[in-house]
Amino acid sequence: MFFFLLFLALTFDTQGVLPKRDHRENITDAVVRGKHIWERNDCIGCHTLLGEGAYFAPELGNVYKRRGPDFIKAWIKGQPTGVPGRRQMPQFHLTDQELDDLVAFFKWTSEINTSNWPPNIEG
Amino acid sequence: MQYQSQAVAKPYFIAAIGLFVGQILFGLIMGYQYVVGDFLFPALPFNVARMVHTNLLIVWLLFGFMGAAYYMIPEESETELVSPGLAKLMFWIFLIAGALTIVGYLAVPYATLAKMTGNDILPTMGREFLEQPLITKAGIVVVALAFLFNITLTVLKGRKTSVSLVLLLGLWGLAVFFLFSFYNPANLVVDKYYWWWVVHLWVEGVWELILGALLAFVLIKVTGVDREVIEKWLYIIIAMTLITGIIGTGHHYYWIGTPEYWQWFGSVFSALEPIPFFMMTVFAFNMVNRRRREHPNKAATLWALGTGVMAFLGAGVWGFLHTLAPVNYYTHGTQITAAHGHMAFYGAYVLVVLTIISYAMPILRGRAANSERAQVMEMWAFWLMTVAMVFITLFLTAAGILQVWLQRATDTPLPFMAVQEKIALFYWLREATGVVFLIGLIVYVLSFFAKGETKAA
Repeated sequence: MFFFLLFLALTFDTQGVLPKRDHRENITDAVVRGKHIWERNDCIGCHTLLGEGAYFAPELGNVYKRRGPDFIKAWIKGQPTGVPGRRQMPQFHLTDQELDDLVAFFKWTSEINTSNWPPNIEG
Repeated sequence: MQYQSQAVAKPYFIAAIGLFVGQILFGLIMGYQYVVGDFLFPALPFNVARMVHTNLLIVWLLFGFMGAAYYMIPEESETELVSPGLAKLMFWIFLIAGALTIVGYLAVPYATLAKMTGNDILPTMGREFLEQPLITKAGIVVVALAFLFNITLTVLKGRKTSVSLVLLLGLWGLAVFFLFSFYNPANLVVDKYYWWWVVHLWVEGVWELILGALLAFVLIKVTGVDREVIEKWLYIIIAMTLITGIIGTGHHYYWIGTPEYWQWFGSVFSALEPIPFFMMTVFAFNMVNRRRREHPNKAATLWALGTGVMAFLGAGVWGFLHTLAPVNYYTHGTQITAAHGHMAFYGAYVLVVLTIISYAMPILRGRAANSERAQVMEMWAFWLMTVAMVFITLFLTAAGILQVWLQRATDTPLPFMAVQEKIALFYWLREATGVVFLIGLIVYVLSFFAKGETKAA
């Protein structure tokens, strides 16, 4: 019981500290829409985001910094690659607006203070 | 069977085993996709196969827990279940809802499923392990409430034992923490923070109470050791579980934007998390060594001892391996995590459900224990599956160490996919071992159909 209360106290403190680390003032409507696009296509079923998810495809928490917005959009549009034997990403038929929203979500995510994780740009 | 209403457990156990087979088949498909990336693409993309694999696991374990509770509670409470009819009805609702959800995953693209099932009203889908459509999540709550109502009232009207109270606490906790799956804030950091309240506080919190209760029940039955002794162990184990496990949640709060003091809280408390698992190992062996009777169901004893050992290895040892923040900095989200996940789930939860099934199923079928032949098959299944899982874990660990070496802990990191190609050998070995696991599972299923002499219960 004591440990559960301590956990709640730490949670309360975390809630207070978080705004300094998650720069929530930058969560625009585009970021919110981008998160929903991320969720409704189950991207987490192959990729990790801040290290959580499936380990089948690259980490995307820092993909904005690794690849930049134009590459990300072109890459998603170009799927699947169809290279025989290579892991394939489905074609999700996202509109230009949706691609921009998703990129906005990736940009915001890449700017969260994650205590310097991942160790390098490859994720 | 001492109480007629215990019989409702049987369909729950049968469904659990059926879904287990499905889970393993999808696991083999995914393992193959790891090395032959375009296998079954685009009919079955990896993310869909993974959803089916993990969701089937969760659902069949829940079937197992519910079946276990329906079997144990009347016997512990020394009274019939309040409503066997409700239990049977909930079985069919849960099974049909589960089956429809899986069909939904497989039949239409996930985004279409989200749209069809009203995800826009309250978006909860598309988060790892909580991919279920809103209506399925609501269905789980309804089934859980009806189940808890049934079980709780039965306990209240009958004898109250430590085993049934710990089980109730675990099951209520399971239901309460599931409610956080409906909370999905736009802020990813807050979303992740409370997502772990379902995932971590389930598997490293309340599920461990259920695990402890199931194991204690079977050990009381097969060893004949005094209930007082076993209950003392159970209390100490669950106290240690809660002391270490709740704040141990902090080991998920290192790199997701949460404050850095979690690196200390998470490291210290989760470093202690192996303790309750080690106590379970000692507990299981101790009780079997001090047994006061030779129970004819030797297979059940083997599963129980296996639970003690494998839960400690998978959850305790493989968990500790990457739980300290400075280590986790490099291993977070690699195949090390996958290795731990596989052995921990198998060792703790798969094995404890198979333990209770092994003990209860013969009795539900009207005999104290299965025939010698059936038991030998069951024990073969135990060893095949367990040894296969040990090697799956070792191969994934090897893959994970190389992944860290090539991609993370280096001045010249390689891209993710380049690394994956370099470590493909270990994925092939994992897949081959997965086939051995499947063979073990087939032997397990066949053991239910083995003929031979049995004694009446």
